[in-house]
Amino acid sequence: MLKFIKGNLENIEGVQIYPMISLLIFFIFFVALFWWVFSAKKAYIKKVSNIPLEDEFNPNQDLL
Amino acid sequence: MEVEKFYYDNKIVRKFIVATLLWGIVGMSVGLLLAFMFMFPNLTDNVSWLSFGRLRPLHTNAVIFAFVGNAIFAGIYYSTQRLLKARMWKTWLSNLNFWGWQLIIVGAAITLPLGYTTSKEYAELEWPFDIAIAIIWVAFGVNLIGTILKRRQRHLYVAIWFYLATFVTVAVLHIVNSIELPVSALKSYSAYAGVQDALVQWWYGHNAVAFFLTTPFLGLMYYFVPKAANRPVYSYRLSIVHFWSLIFIYIWAGPHHLLYSTLPDWAQNLGVAFSVMLIAPSWGGMINGLLTLRGAWDKVRTSPVLKFMVVAITGYGMATFEGPMLSLKNVNAIAHFSDWVIAHVHVGALAWNGFFTFGMIYWLVPRLFKTKLWSTKLANVHFWIGTLGIIMYALPMYVAGFVQASMWKQFNPDGTLTYGNFLETVSEIIPMYWMRAIGGSLFIVGALIGVWNVIQTARQGKKVTDELAEAAPLQRVTKKRTSKEGYHTWLERRPVKLTIFATVAILIGGMVQIIPSLMVDDYIPTISSVKPYTPLELEGRDIYIREGCVSCHSQMIRPFRSEVERYGEYSKAGEYVYDHPFLWGSKRTGPDLLRVGGKYSDNWHLNHFYDPQSTSSGSIMPSYKWLIRNELDLSQTEAKMRAMITLGVPYTDEDVERAQSWMLEQSTQIEQNLYNDPDFAKTYEADKKYAEENGEEFIQMRHREVVAVIAYLQRLGTDIKVKDASELTNTKTE
Repeated sequence: MLKFIKGNLENIEGVQIYPMISLLIFFIFFVALFWWVFSAKKAYIKKVSNIPLEDEFNPNQDLL
Repeated sequence: MEVEKFYYDNKIVRKFIVATLLWGIVGMSVGLLLAFMFMFPNLTDNVSWLSFGRLRPLHTNAVIFAFVGNAIFAGIYYSTQRLLKARMWKTWLSNLNFWGWQLIIVGAAITLPLGYTTSKEYAELEWPFDIAIAIIWVAFGVNLIGTILKRRQRHLYVAIWFYLATFVTVAVLHIVNSIELPVSALKSYSAYAGVQDALVQWWYGHNAVAFFLTTPFLGLMYYFVPKAANRPVYSYRLSIVHFWSLIFIYIWAGPHHLLYSTLPDWAQNLGVAFSVMLIAPSWGGMINGLLTLRGAWDKVRTSPVLKFMVVAITGYGMATFEGPMLSLKNVNAIAHFSDWVIAHVHVGALAWNGFFTFGMIYWLVPRLFKTKLWSTKLANVHFWIGTLGIIMYALPMYVAGFVQASMWKQFNPDGTLTYGNFLETVSEIIPMYWMRAIGGSLFIVGALIGVWNVIQTARQGKKVTDELAEAAPLQRVTKKRTSKEGYHTWLERRPVKLTIFATVAILIGGMVQIIPSLMVDDYIPTISSVKPYTPLELEGRDIYIREGCVSCHSQMIRPFRSEVERYGEYSKAGEYVYDHPFLWGSKRTGPDLLRVGGKYSDNWHLNHFYDPQSTSSGSIMPSYKWLIRNELDLSQTEAKMRAMITLGVPYTDEDVERAQSWMLEQSTQIEQNLYNDPDFAKTYEADKKYAEENGEEFIQMRHREVVAVIAYLQRLGTDIKVKDASELTNTKTE
């Protein structure tokens, strides 16, 4: 893929750094994402995932 | 802490549901009419505003923005209030959102059939509508964010993130893609040309699918599936991963719509790579949705709501598996331009969006009207007819796509095309078009049953009133993270920061593609012999745009042996530099037209427009008799040329000044050419005589629209046929 990038954008100064930056952005993004997710507290996850069901003012649960 | 009382706005939800069903039926019916035009091409003969090319954008826009759009608003307005324990911030903004959106739809329903179109897919509406859409969309976003800011629920549930991302991204996409230069009240030219326009358009087009048809519905899925199943989402952790990875990756994938085109290879490959990656978050979301029903599958047997939702999510899974596959270059080489793509989008539209909408409405309506669903049995009938309809629609279209694409590529041992006549490949799949029309009919019948059921439910129920709720207001918490709080937990209660991060996530991909493409002008090898269109060709091109020819005819010859053999030399990026907008097309119901210039005589074109079946037996193109009747409007020509100059097309002042005489010169030449056909000479002179004798006004052939269209068609793709045209020069970069 690099050769295509070079072919079209070789006139940009220092273009070789772009794929490296892209890879780093990607890597860091997903590492950080999984870090957040796995470090989340269980109690918190449980609480938030129940938000849609907290609707106590909607007594007619079994309409269908 | 004291508890506050407040009312959820249910009336706005009811309004959006009514609009969803109304426009849904309209949009689907237009689609059905189009489906029947494949078998009966002259079904609406002589009615210009009911011709295929003009109705096709009406169908896509009605289904996407009217049916699905109103469903999104209905679902978001219902769930947002409850997830945030707050009424929508401003009721007038909600109503502005509703009425503004409906007005835009009505405007679209009027202007698209009249031929006012930019021709850019799913962004066909002309510039005044683009501005209106931006305003209404921002009204929606402001209302959403306002509600978030005054919420009584500390944490933002994942559905809200999806809504936020939808708002932000659609705003960015719409504005960037709609940059255009108005010529008159309902005519504009895209600011971009050729390759650049294509890249921006499909960055938009793909992400319209991503952020209009997908992310809002995923948000709705994360709310309504747990509600309907009465249990929390399978994995909230997975939903976090799903959200961030989906919005981060989706935005890069647009160029997969332009594989083997003249788009630079780096952009094509980038699109492929990200499209393949997309399968992970998409399936993560699908699995999360389906597994929410763990331990509740028995409910699926009895609840029509869950049935619809299960098929919807399954359809999402199929479409998002197929998407990455279609993005592979070898698969795309077969599928692109064929009915395979039509099958693909309808699995998405009918199953994922359509069925989820119906499921959601069946869940919402009894609650809003405080009653039970009028008939569960009818809802089940709707479900089964609809499911059968989806299958009957999609399967024949897969077969049609595969068969036709294979026929396009079939060679004889002596190296000639086996099916050199494009029409042979069309006749072969007519039975598939019949089955598709039947499948579509079934789906609509199901939808009508659904509408009937909803009406009856509403009639037996009580009036929709705003619903009383109570909750404690939020206490102020420090802006900083509390000691026990995780980072994401903190982020989630900071909506503005969350929005900004989501924006950054989508902008990274957008920038990587869009910024080089804004500079891509500098990298396109220009071809010295490619010149701007003459004024008459430019007018002809505008008629080509008006009639929606691009719906069925591509102008992009891919570098395949089969295509070069059939259509001629493959497309070069430099050929499109003056094309504002680009007209590459995405579907070949008819043959590619890039190199049609000089292929047929002017007479052939005239006869073909008058009665396509007379020149091409078995053709499914409708006739365009009004082009032959109507006088060409020349009042805007100079303004159009000036607009083109502003956009960088090198017309000189002298060119603009002599536009009228230049056009007359060219059209008179075409009129003379037409006289080569004795039949034409005879009937035309007879018409003229008849008009004279009866004192009727007679429009000379050289002043009619068809002449401009012929001029344009005869020009297409001929620039590089000039001798010495092979000389490619690299522009500014050298």
